[in-house]
Amino acid sequence: MKYIYELHKVMVARNLILVYEGEFTQEITKSVLAMAERNMDTMKEDSTVKRKVFNIMVECLQNIVKHSDEINSHSVSELNNAIFMIGKQDDKYIVVSGNPIANDKIDMLRGKLEKINSLDKDGLKEHYKEVIKNGKGLSEKGGAGLGFIDMARKSGQKLQFDFEPVNEEISFFSLKTVILRTNTPD
Amino acid sequence: MEVLNLPGTDDTPTIILDRNNGIFEISGRSLPEDSAEFYTPILEWLDGYSNSPNSETEFVFKLEYFNTASSKLILDILSKLETIDNTKVAWYYHEDDEDMQEAGNEFSELVEVPFDFKTY
Repeated sequence: MKYIYELHKVMVARNLILVYEGEFTQEITKSVLAMAERNMDTMKEDSTVKRKVFNIMVECLQNIVKHSDEINSHSVSELNNAIFMIGKQDDKYIVVSGNPIANDKIDMLRGKLEKINSLDKDGLKEHYKEVIKNGKGLSEKGGAGLGFIDMARKSGQKLQFDFEPVNEEISFFSLKTVILRTNTPD
Repeated sequence: MEVLNLPGTDDTPTIILDRNNGIFEISGRSLPEDSAEFYTPILEWLDGYSNSPNSETEFVFKLEYFNTASSKLILDILSKLETIDNTKVAWYYHEDDEDMQEAGNEFSELVEVPFDFKTY
């Protein structure tokens, strides 16, 4: 039973206010959002910060929902589970997700994220307008290809990401977005 | 022409499209699981309306939040409004919601429809 205490200690040490691990659906997305919103309301969080955190959570969660079925054909089902966490510190919120992805998607994802991280505020705005205008409608998965751009714009910070190899077919994709609680730089 | 009236839910906005009373409004939160499916009846309604529109149309957006998949469909709505004469958009945002104001600004730069910005 020691793992319970260990897990508790990790959550406290890392200031995690919410952790969800498992299957992701729209219903679960709504429940997680409602919990996080209640938490921020109880803490009387500033409405601008609250909106930004909500916004980034939605994009992050819906990304996982949209892409969670992509590797079903690959072996063990637990590998399809994803994790979502929110951390809260004095000066910032941290929204973190982790989900398995097929290795052949890594280059595409890395390319998108690196491009986004290379842009400043105005560059991101132009990139957003370009994608929404010229994107060929929604993808098969219902994504507009705008999620990461929007997360970067709303947070005003670089997106942090990592790909941890799992096996020959799958890697674990981690994504971390920071939302400052102090005035965001313009 | 029938009134399209969809009550809002925790992940879909309230929609009222009522030509006889001159009400064209979308309000609330928009983060449906399948935004293309949710917005299809709205786009179809507008197709019908654009065949014989009122002499003036004011389309109200009063959104508290929308996800990026919805933003693509909002642009589709605006593109349809572009084809209707004497149309303008009333873009409402909460007075301290700069992101929603900015989102309206960006949409106004993407289509040839006049925007009025209003706070609530």
